[in-house]
Amino acid sequence: MAAISLQTETMAEEVKLFGTWASVFSRRIEVALKLKGVQFEYIEENLSNKSPALLKYNPVHKKIPVLVHNGKPVAESLVILEYIDETWKHNPILPTDPYEKAMARFWAKYIDDKLLPAAIKVAMSKGEEQKGVIEEIQKQLKTLESELKEKKFFGGESLGFVDIAANTIVWLVVAQEALGMEILTEEKFPVLHGWYQRLVDDAVFKECMPPREQHLSFVKVRFGSSTPSK
Amino acid sequence: MADEIILLDFWPSMFGMKVRIALAEKGLKYEYRDEDLFNKGPLLLEMNPIHKKIPVLIHNGKPICESQIIVQYIDEVWKDKSPLLPSDPYHRAQARFWADYIDKKLHLLGQRLWRTKGEEQEANKEYIECLKLLEGELGDKPYFGGENFGFVDVNLMPYFSWLYVFEIAANFSIEAECPKLITWAKRCMEKESVSTSLPDRQKLYDFFLQLKKWHGIE
Repeated sequence: MAAISLQTETMAEEVKLFGTWASVFSRRIEVALKLKGVQFEYIEENLSNKSPALLKYNPVHKKIPVLVHNGKPVAESLVILEYIDETWKHNPILPTDPYEKAMARFWAKYIDDKLLPAAIKVAMSKGEEQKGVIEEIQKQLKTLESELKEKKFFGGESLGFVDIAANTIVWLVVAQEALGMEILTEEKFPVLHGWYQRLVDDAVFKECMPPREQHLSFVKVRFGSSTPSK
Repeated sequence: MADEIILLDFWPSMFGMKVRIALAEKGLKYEYRDEDLFNKGPLLLEMNPIHKKIPVLIHNGKPICESQIIVQYIDEVWKDKSPLLPSDPYHRAQARFWADYIDKKLHLLGQRLWRTKGEEQEANKEYIECLKLLEGELGDKPYFGGENFGFVDVNLMPYFSWLYVFEIAANFSIEAECPKLITWAKRCMEKESVSTSLPDRQKLYDFFLQLKKWHGIE
């Protein structure tokens, strides 16, 4: 009986996610939905040939990810994460205390405003310029490491908002391997490295990671014309 | 125990204005401190060591940075008065989306209006298109928040205090292009929380002339 009523509930709820397999942003949404046990339909977009549905659901930016819940679209990954957390209230990813919540939002914004652009820049640059960006990223990683401190995850005992946003670091590690750079190492960042291992070993998170070999090739093809700096 | 609220700010800052408006909407008493951005004080550097930027809200000794984060914090702590974000998650998401759009798109385009030489026509056009999109979102509502002044209104009003400056500097007017937004801005200015939080236009324009000099622009 319980199984049938559950089914009725999920039938009334239609959740779609428009994304791309290698997008750090759409993978965040997959993690959040899976953490909450929300069933959803995933639609893989071809960004050089965007579907009419995507253009209809995100006319302003025409970008993925877009979450469509019962026909209503939500765009921008951090906005979507908050929407998910407020709609499906179990397994919260944001703290309830307003100050702690403000801190979580601050760090997620830090990752998106500072780390992410730097990670893209490091993949696109060469030689001396690349060395400079690597140093910049390492400073940012140090900052994040000092925020993590002794915690298992940024969210505490389990994955939270900041950990999900920090999937950016997984993309950085893939880039460093694909392009022969040395940025996040266990020696330089013992605390962050420990967190990274826990993140990629987490049952839900690892299900949402792009397949490694494909991801490495993707990065090599996209950015690989630069010679690695050693 | 009375709340101790300090706002580290810089009077022409659009980001600071958002926080001032939010604090005024909630009827909160606070200490306003204007920072010298060329000579940042020790409190600012201590409270925002990462970005060293204003605005910073210090609530009972604890700092909160980034204007949108501060406004949401204020809304969540003092939730019983003048709620800025709606209660429904979907409408909250829409409000956050538009606030993000304003901070990213409008802000960037606003800077291009006076910082780039030779691209003025293009910059003006894009800026107006951006405003028209926002005007479309406003529709026939009195405020972006609906019947009540809300989160998106708080985020957009500061740009209107600068719009006067941009219109003179970039030689264009939005009156004909976005009449609904002009009406909306006037309606917002009738609110004491808004009019007391935004700087005097002439003072802002004089500041802008200084700013151009610092950036080496004629």
